[in-house]
Amino acid sequence: MLNPTVAGITLRATLGRRRAILFAIPAVILIALTLILRASHPDSVSWPDNVLGDFGFSVLLPLTALIIGTGVLGAEIDDGSVVHLLATPVRRADVIATKFAVAVGLTALFAAVPELIAGLLAPHSGKLAFALFVGALVGSVVYCAVFLLASVLTTRAIAFGLLYVAIWEGLLSNLVGGVRILSIAHYSLGVANAIYPDKNLQAGLTLTTSVVLAVIITAGGLYLATRRLQTFALTGDAI
Amino acid sequence: MTTIELRNVSRWYGNVVAVNDITMDIGPGVTGLLGPNGAGKSTILHMIAGFLAPSRGTLTLDGAATWRNPEVYRRLGLVPERDSVYAFLTGEQFVTATAKLHKLADPDEAARRAIGITEMAQAKDRKISTYSKGMRQRIKVAAALVHEPEVLLLDEPFNGMDPRQRLHMMELLSRLGDEGRTILFSSHILEEVERLSGTIQVMVAGRLAASGDFRAIRRLMTSRPHVFHVRTSDDRRLAAALVGRPYTHAVELTSKGLQVRTSDFGAFCEQIAVLARDENIRLTELLPTDESLESVFGYLITN
Repeated sequence: MLNPTVAGITLRATLGRRRAILFAIPAVILIALTLILRASHPDSVSWPDNVLGDFGFSVLLPLTALIIGTGVLGAEIDDGSVVHLLATPVRRADVIATKFAVAVGLTALFAAVPELIAGLLAPHSGKLAFALFVGALVGSVVYCAVFLLASVLTTRAIAFGLLYVAIWEGLLSNLVGGVRILSIAHYSLGVANAIYPDKNLQAGLTLTTSVVLAVIITAGGLYLATRRLQTFALTGDAI
Repeated sequence: MTTIELRNVSRWYGNVVAVNDITMDIGPGVTGLLGPNGAGKSTILHMIAGFLAPSRGTLTLDGAATWRNPEVYRRLGLVPERDSVYAFLTGEQFVTATAKLHKLADPDEAARRAIGITEMAQAKDRKISTYSKGMRQRIKVAAALVHEPEVLLLDEPFNGMDPRQRLHMMELLSRLGDEGRTILFSSHILEEVERLSGTIQVMVAGRLAASGDFRAIRRLMTSRPHVFHVRTSDDRRLAAALVGRPYTHAVELTSKGLQVRTSDFGAFCEQIAVLARDENIRLTELLPTDESLESVFGYLITN
């Protein structure tokens, strides 16, 4: 169950930090790039799926989700303020569910919505825009679950996320086909490709595989994050 | 009336033992948890607060384990030592949010009352980021008190407070203790504990060194042998004079002066200057060499 007080504090904390500027930058770049390409190549039909699919799903979506997903709870754990939240009878599952909902909402706002806007700005790509928007929404959900889990498991969640996005998804999933089954970007592409089939999207997974894996990883991530928060420990002065 | 029970509680981190086989009961009233830094006070408080699992032993609040039991926070308030609070909120927003998290019937009224108790009403509309350290401590106490808990745990609550704030906090904690609440606070400053609590638990190096009435433990502390380093214009003659005094336990003549062990701290301090004057010796240096808390507590352990 979502807790409105936790949601309010999380929203203010996330949007109030300086790094809130960081997660707006990729969105601004995507829309600016789209506007430039539309002006320079108004009749081309090849660049929208490359730019929106590649840049959108390989850079904009994972980086935005990484900053937000690791920040909604990880920042409070890092600075210790989370103890004020956890020293109350609020169920840990509710804390995780609320943090997750806020993270997904913000990621959708700063990644999926810009993807939709850029898609609508691009020439001849109305259906593609919608497909990418839905794919980005799916990606927002799964990325946030994974990065939220990382933030309660380790203080180096951002480093973990960057390695996952750059090495696993950016490099290995393009070289080794089997790696794609654990690539969130490919779940997003699989969903987008099912709505608007386009070989330029280079989707490596079917809709069914993408959805099933997305559900399993999201549910598993949230379950493990809750379990971890239930055993959250403060370190004493003796260590 | 709530009682915290620790039975053979130990906590270790790898090879480091932070808390070693502690058994104690903490009942209503104000109890001070005294010990030098690194003694394990915070570890004990965190375990009682349900934020750390004992490696061994049992720890309960009226029979219910505190670890992995968020329901315990309906009856327990915690004021952590770390200064981190939601600095972007005003004091009032922070306390009201805490009241809402406790699902109180009237969170605004509960927050107003808690802020009033801690004398933070004038600053309640300011962001916490603008607060002094002492004000942050008080707003944390207000948040911990907002649901009127039966048990209040405070980790070094007087850190950063000015003398007036400190006095006010002591009065507040005394009042809460008199109301029948169980108040446990940690401190490494003897005088804080002395002024506030009749009952103390003294911890040293993870062990419970002394437990019980403060005055009895204080007597033990003050009657221990004290060591002074003394330099004079004639060390040897003063040493001879000191040997004949009843308060002198031992005198050692060293190349850097005298090491004097005395069994009566007060008498030695009063009479050393008189003795030196009578012997026509000039005192150039008089230093207590073992006044650290560690040495006081070390004495308690060995006795």
